[in-house]
Amino acid sequence: MRYQPLNLARWILWGATAAVFIVAPLVFTSSFALTMLTQMGSFIIFALSYNMLLGQGGMLSFGHAVYSGLGAYIAAHALNLMGKGAFAFPVTLLPLIGGLAGMLFGVMFGYVTTRRAGTTFALISLGVGEMVFACVLMFPGFFGGEAGISTNRVVGKAFLGVSYGPAIQVYYLVAAWCLISMAAMFALTQTSLGRMANAVRDNPERAEFVGYDTQKVRFLQLVLASFFAGVSGGLSCINFEIVSAENVSALSSGGVLIATFIGGVPFFFGPILGAIVFIFFVVALSGFTKAWLLYLGLFFVLMVLYAPGGLASLLLLHIPLLRARRLNRLALPYLLAGGAVLLALAGVIGLVEMIYRLSEQGASTVISLPGVSFDAATAPPWLSFGFLLMAGLAALHFAARFFSRRWHDVQTEIRAA
Amino acid sequence: MEFFLVQALNGISYGLLLFMLSSGLTLVFSLMGVLNFAHASFYMLGAYFAFQVSTRIGFWPALVIAPILVGAIGMLVERFGLRKVHRFGHVAELLFTFGLAYLIDEAVHLIWGRSAVDYRVPPDLDGPLFEIFTTQYPIYRGFMMLVSVAMLVSIWLALTRTRIGLVIQAALTHPQTVEALGHNVPRVFMLVFGGGAALAGLAGVIGGNAFVTEPGMAASVGPIIFVVVVVGGMGSLAGAFIASLLIGCLQTFSVALDWPIFGLKLSQVAPVLPYLLMVLLLIFRPKGLMGTREG
Repeated sequence: MRYQPLNLARWILWGATAAVFIVAPLVFTSSFALTMLTQMGSFIIFALSYNMLLGQGGMLSFGHAVYSGLGAYIAAHALNLMGKGAFAFPVTLLPLIGGLAGMLFGVMFGYVTTRRAGTTFALISLGVGEMVFACVLMFPGFFGGEAGISTNRVVGKAFLGVSYGPAIQVYYLVAAWCLISMAAMFALTQTSLGRMANAVRDNPERAEFVGYDTQKVRFLQLVLASFFAGVSGGLSCINFEIVSAENVSALSSGGVLIATFIGGVPFFFGPILGAIVFIFFVVALSGFTKAWLLYLGLFFVLMVLYAPGGLASLLLLHIPLLRARRLNRLALPYLLAGGAVLLALAGVIGLVEMIYRLSEQGASTVISLPGVSFDAATAPPWLSFGFLLMAGLAALHFAARFFSRRWHDVQTEIRAA
Repeated sequence: MEFFLVQALNGISYGLLLFMLSSGLTLVFSLMGVLNFAHASFYMLGAYFAFQVSTRIGFWPALVIAPILVGAIGMLVERFGLRKVHRFGHVAELLFTFGLAYLIDEAVHLIWGRSAVDYRVPPDLDGPLFEIFTTQYPIYRGFMMLVSVAMLVSIWLALTRTRIGLVIQAALTHPQTVEALGHNVPRVFMLVFGGGAALAGLAGVIGGNAFVTEPGMAASVGPIIFVVVVVGGMGSLAGAFIASLLIGCLQTFSVALDWPIFGLKLSQVAPVLPYLLMVLLLIFRPKGLMGTREG
């Protein structure tokens, strides 16, 4: 054993995270916010488990929803059996059943998928995902077909007043599991397996020369990741009380990939940010517009093009500036760039919504917003939104130049100081 | 016998369509190392463009215009998207095409709506071609085969007999040398990417009315062509050809047969079979049918 000093910053960070989990529902009290927070909690686990593959193991998987979805199915069946009184088990620990089920399927499918790395792994994981999806629809007896199987999370007698009937109790269950899983996954990155996974990601050939079986490392990493994916599946089963074919679909596998990448693959905390943003898109934005998937895709493609390190890398770039107390120098360029972005965004949104309105059969072409209303079938709104977009892009071009010059200046100043 | 012949013909025509898709994918993959996730979306775009053009000026112009449009979009994507992410590595390129597939799917939703469009076989090609015993074989199936074979022969000729084809072949293995000889390799990349997209678009034009033109068509064909590429061996054109025919026949036969398997009919198990084939192949022959390398 070697002496390790108490890592104060780390304790403060984890303490603050826990505090945020506890306080969040007290600040955002509406039931809508509570559903969103609960979904964020279980999606954070899902995204972090995905990053065990992509970020830490270098495995680009297009079928991660298989493990969370099948975990959720097993958890739902277990919950239904508990409801019938077949066996007694605390609902609090139900995600553990989901996790173990996910892990079991991880062992089964991982044996095949992890035989290859790189692009082939990506393709095989996609194929396995499609296979599981087709199987789920093939056996309606167990999986309930398209509609899925529903369940009831209130099972047995309430323990200390906790029955998981009210949404707030479910939130705190999810929050507790989320915090534990986060800590566990962080701890895993510090183990030798976690380190070897990084080595296999960066240079598999050298890892093999050192004497490690890269296939085995990938396999173990995938099995562990599928455990946490199953935990998140179990939590979503408790939260929604329904599990359907959508849980294992390519759409949700793609969703977790998008969320993780937006958050930032190279950093442990990246997927947490990504999950929060993604759930915001899925839950909040989908209520406003049917084109939310287009906006999400656009956001994702822009991140791939301009910020491959995700939101986390963008945040971390600012830390040296914060330390040097130079952040205020960026206020003006940020203000200008922000204005340009808003202008372009207004143009894009206007155009997209008008296209959508025109393609919808039977819908009125008049779009009314508070204060303005216009007819999408006429030319003036198209021209004006097109103009907004063009003006926004032009402004963004100049703002970006100004921004990069100022950014460069500040960096030089810091280096000189 | 009758059943077998008809199904075999259907399987081959579907397999040839699959090969039109997978050949573009394979060429782009071996040249640029990029697996184009948006390939099936280009197929869908081809079908929708053909629908739009054929309602205005007819099917025959659409057969030419739609693939050209899709190819142009492909070139633009390569020039202004892929080339930018190239410096971030292969994963970023793959993710870019993945995001692009989302965007194209959603754009199709936005423009043409969520239900299938009425893209029909043109009247000149509607009707029976010949009779096998008692079954009438439609002209359009024959036409599909004809177009696919003509396309494949012309691609083969272009790749082996023309100057640009030789440059492409050389750039597959030795891009730096080709560049040193004074050829513009990035432009070759752009051409090949656009060409692959145009091939997918052509497959969409002739496949869109044989099957259904709907927003889900990319998502249903996409995984199958990836299976074809893996089964054939990554980057092998000959492998992709064999795997396309194999999987085309596998799918057509299994849908039509109702042999009992574990309490289910074979036709019910049909959607899983290509993936099962892929998994089994990976266990017993990890490099694919004609692949040259493992890993």
